[in-house]
Amino acid sequence: MFEPSESQRLIRETARNYAQGSLTRIASELDREARFPAAQLGELAELGLMGINVPEAYGGAAAGAVAHALAMKEIAQGCASTAVTMGVNNMVAETICRFGTDAQKKRYVPEITSGRFVAASFALSEAQSGSDAGALRTTARRDGSGFVLNGSKQWITSGDRAGVLIVWARTEQSAAKPAKGISAFLVEGGAKGLHAGRHEDKMGLRASSTVPLTLEDVRVPATALLGNVGDGFRIALSALDGGRIGIASQAIGIASAALEESLQYAKDRRTFGQPIANHQAIRFMLADVATELEAARLLVLRAAAFKEAERPFTREASMAKVFATEKANHACDVAVQIHGGYGYVSEFAAERHYRDVRVTTIYEGTSEVQRFVIAREALK
Amino acid sequence: MQIDLSEEQRLLRDTCREFADKELRPNAKKWDREHRFPAEAVKKLFELGLGGVAVPSEWGGAGMDNVSYALAIEEISRGCASTGVTLSVNNSLYCDPIAKYGTDGQKESFLTPYARGEKLGCFGLTEPQAGSDAAEQRTTAVRKGDSYLINGTKNWITNGPVADAIVLFTMTDLSKGTKGITCFVVETKTPGFVRQKADEKLGICASPSCTIFFENMEVPISQRLGQEGDGFKIAMSTLDGGRIGIGAQAIGIGRAAFEEARDYSKIRKTFDIPIFQHQAIQFMLADMATALDAARLLVLRAAWLKDQGKRHTRESSMAKLFASEAANRVADKAVQIHGGMGYSKELDVERHFRDARITEIYEGTSEIQRLVISNLLLK
Amino acid sequence: MDFSITEEQRQLVETARKFTRERIIPVAQKLDEHGTFPIDICKEGWELGLMNVEIPSEYGGLGLSCLDHVLMMEEINYGCAGIGTTLAGNNLACMPLLLGGSEEQKRHYLGMLTEAPIFAAYACSEPDAGSDVAGMRTTVRKVGDEYVMTGQKRWITNGGYASWYSVFGRIGDPKDRHKGVTCFVVPRDLPGVSVGKKEDKLGQRASNTTDVLFEEVKLTRKNLVGGEGEGFKIAMKTFDRSRPWIAAGATGIMRRALDESRRYALERKAFGQPIAQFQAIQFMLAEMAMKYEATRLLMLKAAWSIGEGRIDAIESSYAKAFGADSAMAVATDAVQIFGGYGYTKEYPVEKLMRDAKLLQIYEGTSQIQRMVIARNLLAQGA
Ligand SMILES: Cc1cc2nc3c(=O)[nH]c(=O)nc-3n(C[C@H](O)[C@H](O)[C@H](O)COP(=O)(O)OP(=O)(O)OC[C@H]3O[C@@H](n4cnc5c(N)ncnc54)[C@H](O)[C@@H]3O)c2cc1C
Ligand SMILES: Cc1cc2nc3c(=O)[nH]c(=O)nc-3n(C[C@H](O)[C@H](O)[C@H](O)COP(=O)(O)OP(=O)(O)OC[C@H]3O[C@@H](n4cnc5c(N)ncnc54)[C@H](O)[C@@H]3O)c2cc1C
Ligand SMILES: Cc1cc2nc3c(=O)[nH]c(=O)nc-3n(C[C@H](O)[C@H](O)[C@H](O)COP(=O)(O)OP(=O)(O)OC[C@H]3O[C@@H](n4cnc5c(N)ncnc54)[C@H](O)[C@@H]3O)c2cc1C
Repeated sequence: MFEPSESQRLIRETARNYAQGSLTRIASELDREARFPAAQLGELAELGLMGINVPEAYGGAAAGAVAHALAMKEIAQGCASTAVTMGVNNMVAETICRFGTDAQKKRYVPEITSGRFVAASFALSEAQSGSDAGALRTTARRDGSGFVLNGSKQWITSGDRAGVLIVWARTEQSAAKPAKGISAFLVEGGAKGLHAGRHEDKMGLRASSTVPLTLEDVRVPATALLGNVGDGFRIALSALDGGRIGIASQAIGIASAALEESLQYAKDRRTFGQPIANHQAIRFMLADVATELEAARLLVLRAAAFKEAERPFTREASMAKVFATEKANHACDVAVQIHGGYGYVSEFAAERHYRDVRVTTIYEGTSEVQRFVIAREALK
Repeated sequence: MQIDLSEEQRLLRDTCREFADKELRPNAKKWDREHRFPAEAVKKLFELGLGGVAVPSEWGGAGMDNVSYALAIEEISRGCASTGVTLSVNNSLYCDPIAKYGTDGQKESFLTPYARGEKLGCFGLTEPQAGSDAAEQRTTAVRKGDSYLINGTKNWITNGPVADAIVLFTMTDLSKGTKGITCFVVETKTPGFVRQKADEKLGICASPSCTIFFENMEVPISQRLGQEGDGFKIAMSTLDGGRIGIGAQAIGIGRAAFEEARDYSKIRKTFDIPIFQHQAIQFMLADMATALDAARLLVLRAAWLKDQGKRHTRESSMAKLFASEAANRVADKAVQIHGGMGYSKELDVERHFRDARITEIYEGTSEIQRLVISNLLLK
Repeated sequence: MDFSITEEQRQLVETARKFTRERIIPVAQKLDEHGTFPIDICKEGWELGLMNVEIPSEYGGLGLSCLDHVLMMEEINYGCAGIGTTLAGNNLACMPLLLGGSEEQKRHYLGMLTEAPIFAAYACSEPDAGSDVAGMRTTVRKVGDEYVMTGQKRWITNGGYASWYSVFGRIGDPKDRHKGVTCFVVPRDLPGVSVGKKEDKLGQRASNTTDVLFEEVKLTRKNLVGGEGEGFKIAMKTFDRSRPWIAAGATGIMRRALDESRRYALERKAFGQPIAQFQAIQFMLAEMAMKYEATRLLMLKAAWSIGEGRIDAIESSYAKAFGADSAMAVATDAVQIFGGYGYTKEYPVEKLMRDAKLLQIYEGTSQIQRMVIARNLLAQGA
């Protein structure tokens, strides 16, 4: 029931070895210099981690959603910025596989899984629409057989690095049901009229790239449409359900690193004649964090298992995301506390984990939005 | 107990608030980003008499009470948390012990110029192996004729990189434990006082701190504060006051975060309504405001007790513990209410979140406050 | 990795659920009010195979796994945690015998329970030794080949109805702490065994909790479970296996609290609309649902590990601590959602809140669970 399969174990070990061998060492440097982990992403692609839940025909590992969650956790334990970039790549690849035409899949997915595209983007949020994605304002006007996109996007992870971006835009201005008029398009990086703005200067995840985008008369052919006209909102929600499992796993990865460092530090650091691990206040903090992470891990694995079994998993994904990300924030807060003054300086990783983890209760649906979803399902 | 502020207290608070709005809030983000000590602003604050708010006027202070001091630190910290701690250290950790334990001669040289704000002080208690457990002092002071030779290391010394003098704790007799700790006040230009580069921190980045080495630093006996062996007592009683300052700092940070979240919630719309109209947001704001008010009352009570000359160890610890944890919860919710914008350095709320975090650590971690409180409860 | 249950498990759950709905829920409040021991319900449950479920078939039992057991227990606790605890009391009494008993002991004592709907109890705690098991004072003197037990046990579930007890006493010096603790199986009808006062409790009032007294009770090797001095180990191993049951108490209470709250929130109106429309209420429900699900997963994981023979104390403690604390919080929130009505006996949620509290106390308090967890964590990679 709770046993990973052989292939899941393999993916997890691959990710763990890479994270512990390569990422952990460099994470703090990437953070300090706010350096995009291009080389690392290439290596992850070589290891088969850029299309974990993508069919082999498109260069994926076809290892399923559980394997994806396991790998995300491991990579995030090494470097949270690298993990979110990898997560978005996977999400885009999966979304194209799920909703795209054969031609679209053939054209873009192997580029992502092979690493020829160093990144891919998911461009949904706008300055005026985050939680309320249905209110987005970017427009897609029909023009001959194609479309012309105009508007701007905000907070787009890898937006300036992406070989391909899924861009959501409004194809119809119906006031009654605003979400109905949204469609999704595949826009290629470097498309004429697509501009990335200045990098966001962020609290954490500093090695990931987050940019605003402007679209000025970006012309795309009809074949750029993902799914049908008006399918956009449904596609976004379905992608986000999966994405939330990824973010929950990312959070657990960051928190696991924080917990391991806390345990080690608590054994080493002495006050009042003994290791601080002997003070009950410290032990109880550690116990709570371990318990919460265990529960979080199980919620995430369940959501992933449901997804893999093609059962509905919206509620499960929301639970996993809000629970895991909030507990992970707690874990990183505890790590700073256990490190005392050393938790407040960049010499120790605890300080970075604290900054990195904070975004996890915000992006891909804030905690409030998740609770909203859970309550709606409970009240059904 | 009087719940209203006196005219004098209100005036000081309003002056500080105005100063914070004009001089601190507009610049704090820049100082944070550049890790720059706001020397100009500190100088102006000192000119306003904030170098030694509760130091008697005969020694150059403003001669006001500790309630005023707490109000001032809250307002300053609301504008810039780094500036808040700079002042708090000079007032509580530097001037206060000299005012309390110093001789007249010591006060003349080491208190008056600092309380007047012509010079800046710092406080050296923590060492690499002695944080929570301040009794583990390893810096030694060896008597040699009319002076002491001091050797050792202090770390995380706030104001260290820019201070003119330090209240310094050392061991004069390692065999006596806490009874062997002795306190000095020493100018930083003294030969043998060696500063390291400034610490790189999560927050309060405009408050410089550093490690300091003491290499055969010779200090005359006249600069010993109190007797040999008085050091631990001086440190603990000094922290009783310092914690009031940190509690006030925490409230200032929390209030800044709260105000920004409140204002943002009125202009930001989702699902066609300002997010303020979502109950989840309303209730967060209600909890934030409640926590800050409760924290302020605890801080003011501790300050008031100190003004009455009453023991306030437990009350200071409660105030610091509660205020610092409240400030962190408030800052966290403020980030949350800002959504993605809360994670961006473009807005101040991101800084408040990082700044708030230190208040649960320095001048006694939350765990140490809980130890102090429970020990006194169980007595 | 697959989170589904088997067909047999589904049927077991169905049986328990039906029994709960038809037999337990209608009487739970009355039993609680009067502190009535649910003897008839237990007899019916016994007929249906819901009692003593972990006793292996060699001894006439069903030999269900811990996983089967917790799935079933969640259903019973949905109806009444007092009855849940009563059933758990029997299983708890059996566990030391399953772990350390001789063939003859198992055949005899476990057989008694599978032959007739009777009770047994686990007697470890004392007036001055609860969390600190090794601080127990019940003494066992060795006289030749015989043992003489004297002591007082407290908080003994099923104490007043049990036909036999698994009792922990000390051979040797109290200074030896856990080293001298030894387990015995003691029939109720032996001279010197008596039942003391019955507790009048906050919650789980249908369960029977009493003192049990042992005055110069003469025992032989036939009563000795495991070896001399092995009692502490047996007690701890018992807890590793029983703590998931307490988590099942928690999931039962939480699911009930959630169902009741959900229904009420949709019906109750304030400010012209159902309170379910208020985000503050919605978010409380979301939180409750999350805690239920997380507990359930921790419980299933711990129970599954036990079935796989990979028992891990930390997993059982995760489930117990998180479950008990969550159940308390969820039941308290349920009362909140019901407002004033939640505070009355008109609705079942106040009972849930009283019942939940016990989960944080018995089988190792929430604090003790954290100690177990931290000890195991810090030992890893040491
Ligand atoms: C580092 C980073 C990377 C990102 N990457 C991407 C990306 O690659 N692609 C992309 O499309 N987006 C991305 N995002 C955007 C992210 O998904 C949004 O920030 C998020 O959805 C929140 O939206 P918002 O910031 O507009 O907050 P808002 O929607 O304005 O929310 C503000 C506050 O109001 C609350 N709120 C809103 N509605 C309700 C309600 N009905 N009830 C109760 N509370 C409510 C929210 O929970 C929040 O606390 C990224 C963001 C960050 C910070
Ligand atoms: C930015 C900054 C500025 C500072 N400024 C100054 C300054 O100006 N002057 C100065 O002297 N110092 C200063 N400090 C030092 C500060 O006061 C110490 O960091 C603080 O006292 C904690 O000590 P530590 O860092 O050694 O943590 P430790 O003492 O190593 O504590 C580690 C962890 O163990 C916990 N712990 C320790 N003992 C117990 C116990 N008995 N029971 C339960 N838990 C326990 C702590 O709470 C903490 O969580 C500053 C620190 C920082 C980060
Ligand atoms: C209704 C009911 C049924 C029960 N059924 C049985 C049964 O069938 N058989 C049986 O043997 N026992 C039974 N018990 C006993 C139960 O297991 C004990 O009550 C429990 O172990 C706690 O012991 P105590 O009551 O003596 O509390 P104490 O051990 O006195 O604890 C008091 C408080 O101190 C805390 N504490 C203790 N030690 C520490 C520590 N080292 N660090 C931090 N905190 C600590 C505890 O968590 C608790 O909050 C039952 C109890 C009840 C109430």
